[in-house]
Amino acid sequence: MSRIDGLFARKNPVFIGFTVAGDPGIETSFRVAKTMIDAGVDLLEIAIPYSDPVADGPVIERAHARALRAGTTPDDVFALVRQVREHAPDLPVVLFTYYNIVYRRGLDRFFAETAAAGADGVLIVDLPVEESGEVAPSALRHGIDRIALIAPTTSPERQHAILREASGFVYLISLEGVTGERDRLPLHVAGLVGAVREKTDLPLAVGFGVSRPEHVGAVAAVGANGVIVGSALVRIVEEHLGDEAGMHEALRTAIKAMRCGIVPDPGPDIPRRERVEG
Amino acid sequence: MKAGRYGVYGGQYVPETLMSALIELEETYGRVSLDPEFSRRLGWYLHEYAGRETPLTYCENLSRDLGCRVYLKREDLLHGGAHKLNNTLGQALMAKFMGKRRLIAETGAGQHGVATAIAGAALGLPVEVYMGEVDTRRQALNVFRMELLGARVIPVASGTRTLKDAINAAMRDWVANSRDTHYLLGSCVGPHPFPWIVRDFQSVIGEEARRQVLEREGRLPDTVVACVGGGSNAIGIFYPFVNDDVALVGVEAGGEGLDTAHHGASLSGGSVGVFQGALSYLLQDGDGQALETHSIAAGLDHPSVGPEHAMLKDSGRVRYEAVTDAEALHAFRYLSRTEGIIPALESAHAVAYALRAAGDLGEDGILVINLSGRGDKDVAEVANLPGGAA
Ligand SMILES: Cc1ncc(COP(=O)(O)O)c(C=O)c1O
Repeated sequence: MSRIDGLFARKNPVFIGFTVAGDPGIETSFRVAKTMIDAGVDLLEIAIPYSDPVADGPVIERAHARALRAGTTPDDVFALVRQVREHAPDLPVVLFTYYNIVYRRGLDRFFAETAAAGADGVLIVDLPVEESGEVAPSALRHGIDRIALIAPTTSPERQHAILREASGFVYLISLEGVTGERDRLPLHVAGLVGAVREKTDLPLAVGFGVSRPEHVGAVAAVGANGVIVGSALVRIVEEHLGDEAGMHEALRTAIKAMRCGIVPDPGPDIPRRERVEG
Repeated sequence: MKAGRYGVYGGQYVPETLMSALIELEETYGRVSLDPEFSRRLGWYLHEYAGRETPLTYCENLSRDLGCRVYLKREDLLHGGAHKLNNTLGQALMAKFMGKRRLIAETGAGQHGVATAIAGAALGLPVEVYMGEVDTRRQALNVFRMELLGARVIPVASGTRTLKDAINAAMRDWVANSRDTHYLLGSCVGPHPFPWIVRDFQSVIGEEARRQVLEREGRLPDTVVACVGGGSNAIGIFYPFVNDDVALVGVEAGGEGLDTAHHGASLSGGSVGVFQGALSYLLQDGDGQALETHSIAAGLDHPSVGPEHAMLKDSGRVRYEAVTDAEALHAFRYLSRTEGIIPALESAHAVAYALRAAGDLGEDGILVINLSGRGDKDVAEVANLPGGAA
């Protein structure tokens, strides 16, 4: 069983943390990841910094810019994944990237390096199912899950097409908009989780805008199998640029508080689907 | 060829949230492009409001200097001062047909922002325009024009603070608001169906020019030249000539020279990559990060180009050249003195190429230059350069 499948099989819901590799610097970035893992993140999403992150709001956009200014390259990101893998051998790691990084490197090389570094999945934020034809076989060949995205605007027909290709878990975008903290979560999250749940046995994780303990609780309460927190954690990094000790402390505090929003489900036996191995 | 593809180029590389808006746009455009009522209303706006058709001016002085017969297609005389209004009127009318209540746009030189503001005012749709902070400074006149026309200008302070970041900001707005907002993209770039829609609305330039030159000369021109930023004025004039025996030349921003890191020539100096929704040529580093670009013309200061141009480059049907800032500036001053026409700095790139290459045509040769816009917006900036009007 893959690390991702294993995690969702033994825990429900799971807490997923997001960080931009190389933010604010290449070495600090590993220590940030380590703090997040030690504070209780169940799955780590690591973004490869990119010059034009159009799906991201201002907080994460600035993190991409900081990481690039620090000179972070995809090679550095793979090195970071290797360090994380050494530190936490069982922790599922998903790379979050824009497609040109993958395209430029060459699809096969990208997925081979992803697998060699020890990552488990890849989420390409600007590659809709209509364009993913060449990517799917490459990911499969290297045993990498391709994490699919479903938005509130995705039609039922496209949900089916997306789910046919998905593996690992499905990322449900909670709101119409870019990443970033919001005061409140949209009311339709429950409806989205319910509608997709009818179509797949894959675990469902909800992200975008989830930034407070009460959001985490609300997402868990509507039956999602995971919650993803990004901007709220990235903002803590940004607010402590001159004070690394304070940064780690604030991350630990925030993650613990958000984890408290989750009331663990006593029977973690969500329906499983047979996994197709490449 | 798959829908939305130009050879291998094009496609829809966008966040999932936008796919429904792109699908809606494609369906709507497919419908309105066949709707006689839509054509009638757009025809009215182009003719009665915007001033089409624009003249194809035979330029006696320029012809004498260049040693061939030179015509300018006068998009500078279109209402608003550039070809951009052909596209904004078409898309704004389409937005009305779709029931959208708000227009957003990006702008570099400010011409597309102005053209969107005009179309929004004429059709009663509120307009918000994203513009890089650097560009708001170098095109201050157009910021004022947009505001005067009732649009809100939103300065963009991220990234390189130019056109590319204005597009990113507009895309982010659209991701959040696509149900009631139309993103009125200003060039034949971005995800399908934008390159298709923009090319269709701009093709009026080439359809007129082809007819006008046939009337005047009884034959087709030898060469058609246009500047290429995103490529909309160029594809607009080229497209109706693509199946003719006519040489087509696209002129990119050579900046300080293609051998420097300061230019905007994605076709001449870039490589294939995915950027802002499409696969095309791109100025990028080895890892796929977009590079900073440079041009004296804000409207050409962009790391990528429309996917149809990428295909036309590979097939060899269009030749792409670059001219430097210095050549463009010379052409800006030269055309002003020689013909009494102040070109936009973008359009001056096409004129500069003609100055360099017309000698090859011979005195019976016919050259058509697309004068995509007028240069009033650039006057203040040029006045501050060494040499001023000289
Ligand atoms: C007058 C003029 N010409 C050309 C351009 C470049 O755009 P495109 O290549 O899409 O025609 C601009 C862009 O702002 C412009 O204002």
